[in-house]
Amino acid sequence: MKGLRRQKQAKTCRVIPGFGLSMGVTVTMLSLLVLIPLASVLIYSMKLSPEEFFQLIGRKEVRSAFSTSIMCSFIAAVVNCVFGVILAWILVRYEFPGKRLLDGLIELPFALPTAVAGITLSKMYADTGFPGKYLAKLGIQVSYTKIGLTIALIFVGIPFVVRAIQPILEKLDPSYEEAGNMLGASKARIFRKIILPELRPALLTGFGLAFARGVGEYGSVIYISGNSARKHTQVVSYVIMQKLNYVDYAAATAIALVMLILSFLILFLVNMVQVHQAKRTA
Amino acid sequence: MYVEMKDIEKHYGDFKASDHVNFGIEKGKLVALLGPSGSGKTTILRMLAGLENPDSGDILIDGKRINDIPAAKRDIGFVFQNYALFRYMTVFDNIAFGLEVQKVPKAQIKERVMELIQLTGLSGMEKRYPSQLSGGQRQRVAFARALAPNPQVLLLDEPFAAIDAKVRTELRNWLKDMIHKVGITSIFVTHDQDEAVEVADEIIITNHGRIEQTGTPMEIYKTPETPFVAQFIGKSTVVSHYEQLNGFDSVAGASQAVIRPEFVRVSKSGRLEQYMSAAEEGTVEEVVFRGNHLELTINIKGISIKAERSLEKDPVSVGEKVQVLIYRLYIFDENRTYLMENSAMQENDVFYI
Repeated sequence: MKGLRRQKQAKTCRVIPGFGLSMGVTVTMLSLLVLIPLASVLIYSMKLSPEEFFQLIGRKEVRSAFSTSIMCSFIAAVVNCVFGVILAWILVRYEFPGKRLLDGLIELPFALPTAVAGITLSKMYADTGFPGKYLAKLGIQVSYTKIGLTIALIFVGIPFVVRAIQPILEKLDPSYEEAGNMLGASKARIFRKIILPELRPALLTGFGLAFARGVGEYGSVIYISGNSARKHTQVVSYVIMQKLNYVDYAAATAIALVMLILSFLILFLVNMVQVHQAKRTA
Repeated sequence: MYVEMKDIEKHYGDFKASDHVNFGIEKGKLVALLGPSGSGKTTILRMLAGLENPDSGDILIDGKRINDIPAAKRDIGFVFQNYALFRYMTVFDNIAFGLEVQKVPKAQIKERVMELIQLTGLSGMEKRYPSQLSGGQRQRVAFARALAPNPQVLLLDEPFAAIDAKVRTELRNWLKDMIHKVGITSIFVTHDQDEAVEVADEIIITNHGRIEQTGTPMEIYKTPETPFVAQFIGKSTVVSHYEQLNGFDSVAGASQAVIRPEFVRVSKSGRLEQYMSAAEEGTVEEVVFRGNHLELTINIKGISIKAERSLEKDPVSVGEKVQVLIYRLYIFDENRTYLMENSAMQENDVFYI
C-alpha cells in the first residue's frame, strides 16, 4: 500500500510539468536541429540515380579520403583509449597539486576552436617547431602527414574517453581489487581481469564517440594534414568542402550521406555491444 | 595459539583504531569480532588480511610473524561485506580465480571448483553471472571463492549484512555448519550480538579500539568483565541509584547497575506468591508488542527498567500497578563489573525452607 501510494505521488510530482508539453518541446527541438537537417541530406542525395551516386562515391580521391579518415580516426581512438584510461586513472586515484586544473583542462579540446588547435599543432610539429625540429632530425615528419592528422584527432577525441571512464573508476568499489589481491593476483592481473572488464562498456562508449567525431572532424585536421591528394592526407570533410567550392552539390551530398550512415553505424554498433554487455550485469 | 595479535597499535590520523590489541585464537575455532561500529573490529580483520598495516605490534599465524608478508602471499581467504564477486565472470570463473593465479593445472582447477560448488549447494549454477544470483547464493560463491586455494585462515567481514532478515538466520546456521565441516580457523566481524552468540565458538568484544573481553558466548553473557560488555550484551538497561531497589545495597565506588529483562519478573498486583518482601511496586509506563512477547517499561521509585512478558500471561496495561521481582543485577565501577544477587530473596529462601 505504502509503495503504491509513493509511486502515485511520484507520478504527480515530476519536476517538468506534463508529459505532453515536455515531449512536444523535445520533438520540436529535435526536429529543427537534428532530424530535418539530416533528412534533407537524404532527400538531396535521393535526387541522384544509384549509378550516379556510386560513380560519385567511387571516385579515387573520395575513396582514399574515406580510407584516410577512417584509418586515422580509428588509430586515434585506440590511442585515446589507452591514454584516456591512464589520464582518468591518475585523476581518480591520486592526489597531486594541480589536479583540479588538469581535470578542468580535459575539456579544453571541446571549448577551444578546433582551428586554433589545428594551427598550433601544425606549427609545433612542423620542421621549425619545438618537438617537430627534433623529430625531423630523426627523419620523422609529423605535420602535413597522416601522423600529424592522427595527432590532431587524438587531441580532439581525448575528452570523450576520459569523461566516459572517470565516473566508472570513481564508483568502482575498491573491494574488487582487494578481493583479487587476497586471492593472490598480481597488480597486472587485477587490472586486466578485474578492472578492465568493469571499464569496458564505458571505454567502448568513449571509443565510439571519439571515432565518430574523428571521422567527421574538419577544423583541426585541415591545417595539419596538408590536404594533399597525392600523399593521401585529404579527409572526407575536406573533400566535401572542396566539392562545395566547385559548386558540385551532388557529389557533396552523396559523400555526406555516406558519412551520415557511417557515423550512425558506429554508434549503433557500440550501442549493440553495450546492450549485450549490460545483460550480464543487469 | 594459531592466530595471534600482540600489542597491535593502529592510528588513522588522530583516531586510534587499535589500542594495544592482544588476542589469540586456537586452530579450527570460529571466532566473532563483536563491537559497535567504529570500535575497530574491521581494522583488526583488515590488518590480519594484510589490507592494512599496523603501526606497531606483531601478527602471527602458526607461530610465524606475517607483518611483512603482502596480502597476496598470506594464504588467507577473505569474504567481503558486499562479497565483491567479479561481475563479468561466471560463478565457475569466480571460484577458479585464486587457483588460476597459482597456475594450478586446468583439470585440477575444474575438480576443485566442482567440489566446492557441490559443497556449497550451488550445483547447476556454475555458468551464471553474479547478477543472476540471490543474496544468499552470492554469499556462497564468495565463501567458495575464498576457500578454493585452501587458505590457512578464513576472514569474513559482516558476512550477513547484505542479506535480508528472513534468510539471515538460515544462512547463519549454514555458514556455521560449513565452517566446522571444512575445519578452517575462521574470524568474522559483526555488530549484531545475536549473530555472534549464535554462530561463534568464541567472541572477542571490541570497543574504542580496545579488546574488552574474550570468551565463549556463555561466559560473555554470564560474566561480563567490563562495564561496556555488561551494557552491550543483552537488552540492558543502565540504572543509577540501584541501592534504592529492594534487596540491593550500595557498594562503594560502584554507582551504576545494569538490569537485563530476563532478571526481572513482573506479576499482576496481588498475584505474587513468593518473595513478597523482595518485590517492588511499580507502574507500567509503556507496553510494546515485540512479535512473540510484550516489552514493558516499568517505573519503580523513579527508576525505569525494561521487562518482558509472555503473551500467554494476563496482559497488563499502561498505568497499571504491578509487583516486580528483580533477581539480580550487574553493578559496575570504572573498570570492573560485579554480579549482585537480590539479598532479600536469599533471606526469604532460608525463611521458606
